[in-house]
Amino acid sequence: MSGPHDNVDPQPVAALDPEVVAGYVDAALAAVASSRTTAELKQARLEHAGDRSPLALANREIGALPPAARKEAGARTGKARGRVNQAISARATELAAQELQQALRDERVDMTLPVRLAPQGALHPITALMDDMCDVFVAMGWEVAEGPELEAEWYNFDALNVAPDHPARALQDTLWIDPPEHGKLLRTQTSPVQIRALLERDLPLYVVSPGKVFRADEYDATHLPVFHQLEGLVVDKGISMADLRGTLDHFARAMFGDVRTRMRPHHFPFTEPSAEVDLECFVCHGSSVGNPDAPCRTCRSEGWIEWGGCGIVNPRVLRACGIDAAVYSGFAFGMGVDRTVMFRNNAPDLRDFVEGDIRFSRSLLGGAR
Amino acid sequence: MKAPVSWLRELVSLPVTDAEMADSFTRAGLTVERVETTGPDVTGPLVIGRVLSLVEEPQKNGKTIRYCRVDVGGHNDEATDEYPASRGIVCGALNFDEGDLVVVALPGAVLPGDFAIAARKTYGHISDGMICAEDEIGLGDDHDGILVIDPTTGATPGDDALDALWSSDTVFDMEVTTDLGYCLSLRGLAREAAIAARVPFSDPYDRSMPSPTSGGYPVELESDRCTSFVALTIEGFDPDAPTPSWMSQRLLASGVRSISLPVDVTNYVMLESGQPLHAYDAAQLQGPIRVRLASAGEQLRTLDGTVRTCTADDLLITDDSGAIGLAGVMGGEDTEVTSSTTAIVLEAAHFDAASVSRTFRRHGLPSEASKRFERTVDPRVPYAAARRAAELLIAHGGGELRAEETVVGSVPERHRINLRTGLVAAILGAPIEASDTVRILEASGCQVTAMGDSLTVCAPSWRPDLHDPYDVVEEVGRKYGYDRIGLRIPVPPVGGGLTRTQRGRRAVMSAVAAAGFTEVLSLPFIAETELDKLHLTADDPRRSLVRLANPLSDTHPYLRTSLLPGLFAAVAKNTSRSLGDLALFEHGTVFHATDGGAVPHPDVTDRPSDEDLAGIEAALPAQPETLAALVCGDWVAAGWHGDAVEADWTHVVAFAETAASAVGLQLARRNTEVMPWHPGRCAELSVNGQVLGFAGELHPEVIREFGLPERTCAVEFTLGALLAAAPGGGSIRALSSFPLAKEDVALIVDEAVAAADVEAALREGAGELLEEISLFDVYRGDQVGKGKKSLAFALRFRADRTLKDAEAATARQAAVAVAADRYGAVQRA
Repeated sequence: MSGPHDNVDPQPVAALDPEVVAGYVDAALAAVASSRTTAELKQARLEHAGDRSPLALANREIGALPPAARKEAGARTGKARGRVNQAISARATELAAQELQQALRDERVDMTLPVRLAPQGALHPITALMDDMCDVFVAMGWEVAEGPELEAEWYNFDALNVAPDHPARALQDTLWIDPPEHGKLLRTQTSPVQIRALLERDLPLYVVSPGKVFRADEYDATHLPVFHQLEGLVVDKGISMADLRGTLDHFARAMFGDVRTRMRPHHFPFTEPSAEVDLECFVCHGSSVGNPDAPCRTCRSEGWIEWGGCGIVNPRVLRACGIDAAVYSGFAFGMGVDRTVMFRNNAPDLRDFVEGDIRFSRSLLGGAR
Repeated sequence: MKAPVSWLRELVSLPVTDAEMADSFTRAGLTVERVETTGPDVTGPLVIGRVLSLVEEPQKNGKTIRYCRVDVGGHNDEATDEYPASRGIVCGALNFDEGDLVVVALPGAVLPGDFAIAARKTYGHISDGMICAEDEIGLGDDHDGILVIDPTTGATPGDDALDALWSSDTVFDMEVTTDLGYCLSLRGLAREAAIAARVPFSDPYDRSMPSPTSGGYPVELESDRCTSFVALTIEGFDPDAPTPSWMSQRLLASGVRSISLPVDVTNYVMLESGQPLHAYDAAQLQGPIRVRLASAGEQLRTLDGTVRTCTADDLLITDDSGAIGLAGVMGGEDTEVTSSTTAIVLEAAHFDAASVSRTFRRHGLPSEASKRFERTVDPRVPYAAARRAAELLIAHGGGELRAEETVVGSVPERHRINLRTGLVAAILGAPIEASDTVRILEASGCQVTAMGDSLTVCAPSWRPDLHDPYDVVEEVGRKYGYDRIGLRIPVPPVGGGLTRTQRGRRAVMSAVAAAGFTEVLSLPFIAETELDKLHLTADDPRRSLVRLANPLSDTHPYLRTSLLPGLFAAVAKNTSRSLGDLALFEHGTVFHATDGGAVPHPDVTDRPSDEDLAGIEAALPAQPETLAALVCGDWVAAGWHGDAVEADWTHVVAFAETAASAVGLQLARRNTEVMPWHPGRCAELSVNGQVLGFAGELHPEVIREFGLPERTCAVEFTLGALLAAAPGGGSIRALSSFPLAKEDVALIVDEAVAAADVEAALREGAGELLEEISLFDVYRGDQVGKGKKSLAFALRFRADRTLKDAEAATARQAAVAVAADRYGAVQRA
């Protein structure tokens, strides 16, 4: 038997003493539990689970133990380190969740603040409504025809069966280009576009023509020298007043909901028979008529709103375009777009339409549709 | 046309209410726009009273008042010890006596002008009402004193005074379309009402023109614009004879002022028959009446006291003294009837509609006569009308009609129209039988002959508007009732939808609106001074102005060649209303004069020749479709997010780029100098080498002269050309998923070199591998030297494989080489 060899025989290591290890663990768990922030936890990890932590240092001492004791000591420190790491990880998850919650609370903003910082644009109500009106017809298979605003007298008057002496041609009504004898004018209606369509396109013809028109008219709350029209023209075989009535009724319903139209006989050179088309009031549906207790400002308690003119295309117009009126017949109609905006959207003053106040153009935004 | 209902009912017995009559007029195309009630605007008790007693009481102020006791029948106070049953009224007028009948407004009455009557204490009495003068109750203009009523009228105290003095009537104010001239007469309207009510109508003016005779006042027709002339002479007429009140009231209800019996009778008969008449003072006529064209410069003083200078196109009534009337428009002053006229020559003539129309418009002289002649008057009615007028004159003014009459000229043949019987039902789209057609047309006064499947329609003399077969269709339709026609929607052939241009225009408009710009519209008229304020040079194409012959305002006689002045006006409107942060745009036509000459006027009986159509197009000026925008003030206002962003040139350039990209185009830009823009801050905008317009900050002088906010920026370009250049189709490349190689390069160039040019050079040099290039920094300073700038670009390369570092570096070098070669660009260390 020999005595212990200091250099060879393992020595008992104080650091690996179970009680000591347990003490390390307790200290580590206490530090973890008392960490209030991720940063504190990081510090606790460094101190209690880092490379220089007591447990890590103790672990290094395992080699100094006698082989028989190493296993037990290794298991002990391993378990201890495992417990500490687990606690750190759990606490880390906990703190991360807490801190996220806090961060989300801190990042709250007032979601009612104004956000459209760039200017808000808008189409003019005339443009918006004119597009809508055209779309009703495009959906039916019609096409949209266009033509020049500065027009030849022949297109604006002659071809439309307006007599050479007709007062509409006079300087009081029509804006003529100087010199007037050159026969150029600002179109007084979009009907010249119909003549162009009849001359340029094949039959049968189903077109609408929207656009600007000009009259030597007053400039006041209810008159503008420049306004907008939408006209429709159909030339086909077997077209009658019934087709015109049905089309106008459909158009009215597409624009105003459940309303009817009526036709009152009238006179225009380019149509025969001619009529004015009235729209059943889409607000009161006639209930305001003779009912002073519930007046209607849209139809002025008349039950009907004058909307435009219409009729069967005068065969003289077809003839001027080289179309055989014995084979083809047609109808045409037209209405003022500005006036339609006026009664449809309660616009009080036509001058607002052309004076450029941005509040006017912005007053409908998408609501014109 | 104002039609008193009592007059209509006198002409035809109608088994319908006024409201039904109005409704049937409107349905027949004679729109009743207003229904008025004639008579003074008085409410409350206005009664006849008899003055029982009056006491004159001089006042301290020098006036004398009368305390009257007035018997007002059922309205009397009970009798007292002092007074019999009556009311006490204080009156300041002195022109009546005890026993006179007067008009009394009792407390509660409201007289014209919202003058409410109440009992009040005055001059020591209770005045329990008011004794009225004529003007106070709106019966006339007379305020000379109290209205004393003729006892022979049978009025008794307590009667409603309005009923006793005034026959109230309902009046239809109707819109008569230009084709229905015969409805500018009561007999025409009565016929229409009779047709609608399906009752017979007997026309009081159904009387043939007699054969020509020249026994009366001599008349010579020297122009075919007058086709007939009737002259009747009345002698021994009492010039003091008053107009009967029923006649003056009807005239007033019809909107015609009562003047004198002869004038009132001619107006009355005109309203009733539709035939304008004229009464001459026979004593003032010199020699025969001649109807002839004026010689240019010939003068005439018309009834309104104005001297008219005629052209050779004016038709005149003349005698040996010269012109005595503008035919069909207005008579002359020298021969008008006066308060001493005892012999009258009545004229009833038929004048050419177009001639009268031109004359009254030329002289700015619309009259009841010209309004009727312009719409064509029944050529058969002059004699009947003249006879009716003569009878009325004699009945109310005495005298006698000379047996010798003058009737010259002739009545034209009635017009015949042939049409297929089936046309009516085919065009109206309603099952209207031939028998219905015949019945309706005969009620309208036509003679109809059916032969096989065709009808021959002979229109009555008062319906010159019935000329073509379709006129007959309309006549049947309006009487049948448009609301009885069914509804059908015709089916068009397959349509092409909106055209590419139309879709492109909508895309552009929506895109710029979404980008923050507000659309405005302005009137397209400009002044030459506006072009001066834009500082346009003399040869600027925007000075090729189209001038209006009859501008609405003499200051703005031209059509716009630029949308900018209109936008400037909109800025002024907005800033005057404290709206200073603006981003506006306008879409519209501008007009550039071309030397187009006169427009051809091809015949309208068939399709014009292609040459004529081309000639029309060639004669019209260029009218490019244009888009313009303007910004001023703040683009983003200062707010919770930070400082304001001032509107500047980038916003108007972005406007143009937004518009272009909406139709798939990219604009090229280069610096240029064009007015009205700032010479250093103006971009020329082009596409495929075609210049479309300009954008940038406005010239400070222009800003000052138009009073615009400082640093206002604007853009204007030809939208039509942009839409025409829009590409179709396009292709989508396979998307490479290989890694991106990024290379940055900073190049030093002269200040004058455009960034866009350097970028284009880099793009060209970099070749196929370049996926994207963007300018991320512009630096000026000591490190690059004076007059130079450094442009830093980020280049992104990608290929269908992973690029080697060297490949990207090579491409970068190639890019720099082109920039160096072209612009002397030097890579910054």
